[in-house]
This record gives sequence, C-alpha cells and structure tokens, in this order.
Amino acid sequence: MSTTTKDKRSAARMLGRLVRRAETGSFLGMVVVYIFFAALGGRVFLGAPGFSSWLNTAAEVGIVALAVGLLIIAGELDLSVGSVIPASSLTVAIVSSHYGAPEIIGILAGLVVGLMVGFVNGFLVTRTSIPSLIVTIGTMFGVMGLTLGFTVLIAGSTGVFIVPDPVTKALLGQFVGGMFQVTMFWWAAFIVIVFYLLHVSPYGNWIYALGGDRESARNAGIPTRKLTIGLFMLSGFAAAFVGVGQVLTYQSAQVLTGQAFIFNSIMCVVIGGVLLTGGAGSVIGIVLGTLTFSIVNQGIFFSGLDPNIGSVIIGALLLIAVLSNDSFRKTALSFAAKKAP
Amino acid sequence: MAPIIPVLELRDVEKSFGPIDVLHEISLKVHEGEVLCLLGDNGAGKSTLIKILAGVHKPTSGTILMDGKPVEFDRPRDAADRGIATLHQFGGTFPLMSIGRSFFVGVEPQKKWGPFTVFDRKKANEIAVKAVRDFGITRIDDGDRLVGGLSGGERQSIAIARAVYFGARVLILDEPTAALGVKQAAHVLRIVNETKQRGLAVIFITHQVMHALAVGDHFAVLIRGAVAADFRKGDKTREEITDLMAGGESMADLEAELEGYAQNQEERPPSLGHT
Ligand SMILES: Nc1ncnc2c1ncn2[C@@H]1O[C@H](COP(=O)(O)OP(=O)(O)O)[C@@H](O)[C@H]1O
Ligand SMILES: [Mg+2]
Repeated sequence: MSTTTKDKRSAARMLGRLVRRAETGSFLGMVVVYIFFAALGGRVFLGAPGFSSWLNTAAEVGIVALAVGLLIIAGELDLSVGSVIPASSLTVAIVSSHYGAPEIIGILAGLVVGLMVGFVNGFLVTRTSIPSLIVTIGTMFGVMGLTLGFTVLIAGSTGVFIVPDPVTKALLGQFVGGMFQVTMFWWAAFIVIVFYLLHVSPYGNWIYALGGDRESARNAGIPTRKLTIGLFMLSGFAAAFVGVGQVLTYQSAQVLTGQAFIFNSIMCVVIGGVLLTGGAGSVIGIVLGTLTFSIVNQGIFFSGLDPNIGSVIIGALLLIAVLSNDSFRKTALSFAAKKAP
Repeated sequence: MAPIIPVLELRDVEKSFGPIDVLHEISLKVHEGEVLCLLGDNGAGKSTLIKILAGVHKPTSGTILMDGKPVEFDRPRDAADRGIATLHQFGGTFPLMSIGRSFFVGVEPQKKWGPFTVFDRKKANEIAVKAVRDFGITRIDDGDRLVGGLSGGERQSIAIARAVYFGARVLILDEPTAALGVKQAAHVLRIVNETKQRGLAVIFITHQVMHALAVGDHFAVLIRGAVAADFRKGDKTREEITDLMAGGESMADLEAELEGYAQNQEERPPSLGHT
C-alpha cells in the first residue's frame, strides 16, 4: 500500500521534472514549426526532398552546434568557427588538389588547422582575462585574413577546386540516394560522442561545474584551463570537420563561406534550451534546436513565403527560447524552494 | 582536553598585495574538536587570511604548520589534499547542478561500462542525500534536485556535509551565516556544532558576535590585518567583543553618540515616533 503511494509520488515527481525540463519546450517548438511548414509546403516538404533539405542543413550546422553548445554550457563562446570552416576547406583543396598530396594528408591538415585555432582560442582565454567573445572575434578575423592571404598567394585566386577520389567522396562528401548528405551519419556519430561526454562520462560534471562557477570548479580541483582549451579544440575540430565535408561534397573551396555558421550554431544551441550564461543545457536540447532551426531555414523555400519571413521566424524563436530558458531556470530554482513548509 | 599539537597553526604570517599590506604577524592555532572564531569588521583581512589557508594565496612571509610540521600550499588542491576544506564567502555552490552532481564535483564516482567510464549518478545521489541527512537535514531526499532550489542554510549545510564526507580535518567557513535569516543561521550553527563534535577543527569567520558566541571555543579578533585579541570562551562578554571589533572605539560611546543624535532630532520636528 505504501509502495503505491510512493510510486505515485515518484511518478508525479517525474512528470513534474519532465514539464520543467527545457527540452520539453524545445520539442514542442519543433513540432509546431514542423506542422506549420508541413501545412504550407505540403507534399514536397513532407516527402524526401523536404526531409533531405532540412536534414542536410541540420547535419552541417548540427556538428558545429554540438561543440559550440558544450562551450556555451562551460560558459564560453566561439565565433571563430565561421572562418575555421573555409580555412579547413581550403587547406584540403590546396594540399591535395593544388599540391597533389594524398587526400588523407589534406584532410588531416584541414582538421589540424581547426585544432590549432581551437588551441589558440583556449590558450588566450585561459591566460588572459579577455572574454572569449572578443578573443574568438579576433581569431575569426585573423584566420580569415590568413586564409585569404595564403590562398591568393598559393593558388592565385580566392577559390580552389578539387576532384576527390571515390573513397573519400563516399565517406565524407556523398549524396546518398542523390539527396541525403553522408554528413548526416557523421552528425549522428558526433551526437553519440558528445552525449557520452556531457551526460555519461564524469567530464560532463566538470563542464557543468565550469559553466556554473569557474572559480569554485578550480577550487574543487578541476583542471579548468586544460578543460577549457580542450573544449575550444573540440569546437575548432568540429568546424574543421564540417569544412572538410563541404569541400569534398561541393568539390570547391571558397574563402568567404562559413560566416553563417557563427550565428546559426549559437541559435541552434539557444533554441535548444542551453543557457547563454552557461551551467545548464543538454545534447538532446541542442539536437532539437538544430532540427527546429533547420526546418525553418529550409521550410521557408517550400512554403512559398517570402524567404525574409524565415529570418523573422528564427528571430522570434530565438527570443522565445531565451525567455523560456530564463523562466525555466527560475522555475527550476523556485519549485523546490516552494516545497518548504 | 585538546591535544597539545594543533592541527593547524599560523606563525607570523604576513600578506601584502604589492604595496598594500593586508595581514601583519598573524599567529593562530586551532585544535581538533574546537571552533576558532575569527571576528573582524569588513575589510579586516578575514577572507585574505583564509584564502592563505585554502591555498588560494601564498603568504608573503611566515609559516603554516599542520600537526606541528611546516607545509606549503601552491594551489587550492594542495590544501584540500591535506584535509583543509574551505567554503568561500562568495560562490562555492553550483545552483544549476543537481545535489548529487555538485556534491561530487571533481571527485565523481565512476563505474565501468565496457570500455567506457560512466559517472555513477545513482551512487552520487545516494551518498549525497545520506551525507546531508546524517546532519539532520531530512527535508532533502532527492539527489536530482537542483542546488539552487534549496534555501541558503541548506546549501551551506550540504557544503559542510560534503567537506566532512570527504574526510576534511579542518573546516573553514567564511561568513556562512552572513546572508541568512535568523532561522537559517541557527540551522547552520547547529551543523557547525555537529561538525566540531565529530572531531574536526573549525575556523568560523563572522562579524556577528552572537553567532560566534553560539559556537566558538576560542576567538580571535582581527583589526586592520592584525590579531587584536585572542581569547577563550567565557573570557570576554559580548559587549567587550563588540567593542574590540569596532576597533577600540567603545560601543557605549557609539550608543551615546546615537542617543545625542536622536535627541537632536527630537528638537527638530517632525520627529519619528519619539513622543
Ligand atoms: N587581491 C587583492 N589585491 C589587493 N588588495 C586586496 C586583495 N584582496 C583583498 N585585498 C584588500 O585586503 C583588505 C582585506 O580584505 P578581506 O580579506 O576581503 O577582508 P574581510 O574578509 O575581513 O572583509 C581589503 O582592504 C581589501 O581591499
Ligand atoms: Mg570577507
């Protein structure tokens, strides 16, 4: 008898928890947005062309958003991803196409560029008191300038073409069934890895603690510098990975691509319920935010609406998300307090 | 009686930040099962002193001894490894983390799942909840609750329970009752007492004399970075201590001054309430 009341209590508690989760809001937002565009876009949007278009978008921005999301949870920002993407694309194209090195070398070089930029970001953020927003704006422009300079110097133009060999193309740049980018599977792999990092492994606790209160985290013995540098390197790596995928998919690399990823990745993260001030957020939320963002971003083309309306919708979603994240935090904090007699 | 060798001792510790001398010739001792209250007005150097004990700052000169032997702390971790647990005045808890997660920050219980290391959430929650309940805080029964949802007193209590659980020998509390209401403060004071009874040495920092008297065995008053008085329970009255803290300026004088002020006010209507 007492067990049933206990069961009921814990069931109610679980329900309460579910309602209070930020992801619940993100999920509902995604459903609403999907229904909206399904109603406007009809068959085409609901069919494979629709699916593939927003999933392709989601996969690319989603890989960056996962890594940027971890950083935001840890209390940092990374805007340099916008120039790491073209830098790594061009590195692949220059090394493997212009100089004719094996593609695997070009790909590794591209990824190393991302890791290096991430290291510089992390190093500067941990050794100076400059906020990461400013540091990564600096490295973004620095990398952009270097990319442009070296590309023009080496290739004599601002774009480089590459014809990837079939194996690398199949692994990183293929359209499965002519529509679905293979990047999707890589996104899935990133989701699993980042989920493990944040929610399963002990490091997740470090990341939340870092974003919650850096000083206390350090006092508790967490190697905050190493962790911060590691997270910046992960986001550099993720951006570089997307750059590698892009150059192999589109067979060309241009200097001025990737800027859209800066804000798009942050929007996916915030729409997914991650607190911009750090300390809270989840991988499921980031994935839901990414899907929502991509549905709007692509759905607009199927809807017959003015594409500018898409931007308005995304802006509105972002505001709603920030407001509800904030009220989520307040209710999550006050709910328990109210339980007091 | 208290053992002869103190767990923690400071000898002639000085600290300056560049040209600013914050601490002068501080010598203090604290024994097992004893509460040392460090009193002093705002800016007296209390937080700086405990940051030295916590390994956040290094003393400019002087020695720290543990069990009679000199020790040096290069970083907070060194102090923690020797059993000095510090609850800093600001920060120290993670409001958006669950009780179980925050309890184990930096020392997460782990289990293996194939080749993967997994944070053992269930174990973390169980241990955290039990540790807090052992201190008589029975209202906490769910390790998944967010720390930020608890009252200030409960948060302090969890932090103390955490330190005790991880085998602290010296517990340093920087103004744990400063931001709390009367009831919450009483709650924390009770837990300080419980901690002492478990044989820990406690350094309790406050500028509220009542709170100090409620738990202290031994008192030191810090004025402008120097120990102005060092005495045991029962040696001084509350008024004497308050006067000391005010920097020699007698509280009685202050009261007289206030009265004079009040009288002045009365002569000039409208006066408030004094009819
Ligand atoms: N890092 C620092 N650099 C320079 N001065 C400091 C520093 N930390 C503390 N002080 C100064 O030392 C004095 C004592 O401060 P503190 O130890 O915080 O006092 P309390 O905790 O007793 O209120 C203050 O005048 C403060 O300005
Ligand atoms: Mg202080």
